[in-house]
Amino acid sequence: MAQEHRSPIESGCPDGFQYMHPVMRKNYGDWAYHEDPRPGVLKHVARGGDAIYTVRAGTQRILDVFTLRKLCEIGDTHGDGYIRFTLRSNIEYMVDSEAKVEPLIKALEAEGFVIGGTKNSVTMISHTQGWLHCDIPGTDASGVVKAMMDELIDEFKGWNMPNRVHMTTSCCQINCGGQGDIAINVQHTKPPKINHDLVSNVCERPSVVARCPVAAIRPALVNGKPSLEVDEKKCICCGACFPPCPPMQINDAEHTKLAVWVGGNHSNARGKPTFQKLVAAGIPNNPPRWPEATAVVKQILKAYKEDAKDWERINDWIERIGWPRFFELTGLPFTKYHIDNWRGARRSLNSSTHIRF
Amino acid sequence: MAKKQHYDTPMLDDLENGPWPSFISGFKRLRDEHPDERINNMANSLLGQLEHSYETRKGYWKGGTVSVFGYGSGIIPRFSEVGDEFPESREFHTLRVQPPAGNYYTTDMLRQLGDSWEKHGSGLVTFHGQTGNIMFIGTTTDGTQHFFDEVNEYGWDLGGAGPCVRTGMSCVGAARCEQSSLDEMKLHRVMLNNFTDDVHRPALPYKFKFKVSGCGNDCMNAIERSDFAIIGTWRDDMKVDQEEVKKYVAKKGREYITEYVINMCPTQALALNDDDTLNVDNRNCVRCMHCLNVMNKALSPGDDKGATILMGGKRTLKIGDLMGTVIMPFIKLDTEEDYERLVELAEETIDFWAENGLEHERCGEMIERIGLVNFLEGIGVDVDPNMVNEPRQSSYVRMDGWDDEAIKWFESKAEGKQAAAG
Repeated sequence: MAQEHRSPIESGCPDGFQYMHPVMRKNYGDWAYHEDPRPGVLKHVARGGDAIYTVRAGTQRILDVFTLRKLCEIGDTHGDGYIRFTLRSNIEYMVDSEAKVEPLIKALEAEGFVIGGTKNSVTMISHTQGWLHCDIPGTDASGVVKAMMDELIDEFKGWNMPNRVHMTTSCCQINCGGQGDIAINVQHTKPPKINHDLVSNVCERPSVVARCPVAAIRPALVNGKPSLEVDEKKCICCGACFPPCPPMQINDAEHTKLAVWVGGNHSNARGKPTFQKLVAAGIPNNPPRWPEATAVVKQILKAYKEDAKDWERINDWIERIGWPRFFELTGLPFTKYHIDNWRGARRSLNSSTHIRF
Repeated sequence: MAKKQHYDTPMLDDLENGPWPSFISGFKRLRDEHPDERINNMANSLLGQLEHSYETRKGYWKGGTVSVFGYGSGIIPRFSEVGDEFPESREFHTLRVQPPAGNYYTTDMLRQLGDSWEKHGSGLVTFHGQTGNIMFIGTTTDGTQHFFDEVNEYGWDLGGAGPCVRTGMSCVGAARCEQSSLDEMKLHRVMLNNFTDDVHRPALPYKFKFKVSGCGNDCMNAIERSDFAIIGTWRDDMKVDQEEVKKYVAKKGREYITEYVINMCPTQALALNDDDTLNVDNRNCVRCMHCLNVMNKALSPGDDKGATILMGGKRTLKIGDLMGTVIMPFIKLDTEEDYERLVELAEETIDFWAENGLEHERCGEMIERIGLVNFLEGIGVDVDPNMVNEPRQSSYVRMDGWDDEAIKWFESKAEGKQAAAG
């Protein structure tokens, strides 16, 4: 039976002005400075003297419609009805007077939302989909984040860190979570297990061969069927073959581990943007609370908090004190796996007598 | 449809404890309190499958092909591999919807979107996914079409998924930030909406992302996470309100300002004068934003604003992480012609990459493979010393075109001077 289809309206990205607080609309491009009255609150002042107050709160990120409506209701009752979301999925309420700030905070806290995430706090962990929705995940995302934020909540609410701390998690080595001051990412430790009965039906074999970063996959005839085989001596267990070829199962209940990386920084402030570096691996993928991963993160945060100077991000701090001291202060082991052997790795080796004793 | 018996979820139940808001409690509200049994059962089934993942430490979703009529993109199809055990969430597709530039919403609009979603989907939504889309998580194949038809009528369109131009991102920018040197919202929409066809119909080697940050703080992570990064900057002197500088010094002390402002300047372009005013060597300032961040009331961007364009940022797969590279050190963005110039640059780039990129090769990986110079020639951009940290170290290169290239350099310098004078 032929169905009538509606043609889409290809409107693309909507105009944000229609949803913007009138004070922001009026002063677009005309802001003079901002102040931080308390953690989780920003006050921006326009050149003409107008001010807008922002209250930032952490949520569970995956919102059910009840929670979404609750957040809207708070915005209507105590705010001006204007909301935005930050890159790290914090919700922000913009209001035009200081008097509205405290009642708004009280209402949000009464419903269990957490005020903070501004300035030198540990803000919300930016994360991916994990077991909830991804087709290739080695771990969950929302669960890891919930478990960690339970333990880091005071750091979200306070200004206790030398500078802001951006954390990320990723459920596979593609690393959709991106760069972070601290990143908690899946690290596979064994080659994929191949279901040879399915490969030729499910996978476009040349694409899978091309996907491997180290050319460890080649076409092969297995049990009389066209399949793929992996040179396990070359294989780096990255899992890049798994998305285009699901019969090459990389996830493993025991051998899929977590690794922690530090010093990723997107900002150009002070130094140029930096990539994160490996500091800890072999951490068990341990639902529902991943306590081992949280413990490593807290060790790093403690050392950073005690030793870094104001305004130093984690990468700035380590650049000043050197990597040997980082491992000393955090108590993490330095292993052969920390020495890079990927292309361009020579630039990461120390070719000088610059050594701190 | 009758209400199904609840799956046991002891591991997930543990995630209802603790002070941070719990997503599991939200799922359970949908399971237990929502008036629509379809949603109750879907949430129950989803909880069951997620608990199963927690127990076995494996994911059970498979991709597939689902799209709305007329598009080939914008839906993340998910079919359960354990659908017989958890049948009510057997199909659990996500719709990626493009947010407004800058992520602004009214509560009325959020409610309207929530109402539409609960009619056709699971009632779960995220603001926003890592690419920047509103993620409406969980509906059937029919549900994707019905939900899209409904929200498309009141102004919402799907984002990208697969090898196509992806949904863009822009910071809060000029709407609320004193550091902004751009009209981020306009840029975001001019760029993205020029490529709407490439968003909806995947036909490129791989994904292509635009991100806009109003200053070097790069709150959108554009340099590292986008193929085409537009970063606000300025060419003239930064503005210094010396009275405000003195107030900072009075409040924080000379030692603090020296240690945390002057000494942290990456190019030693700052000095504190004896009268507690600030001396700025603007010729050597690299617009890193550190001192503006610390003393934001006293220091501001200059008036001659524009953007730096970097291209080729991406994450690990396949050759390793790449930052974007400077392709255009400065472009004015005042007039419509300026914007057209930028759109043309993006078109040239995407065309060249579509022609020359390998399957599943990001623009940055292609640049790595063919070399920056070949890429620049391909998109018609002249070399510039701002594109490198330092000139080459290796003599292993054929240089018999040197004289012509040197002439080209002097000619372009002369043209630049003429343009500036004329």
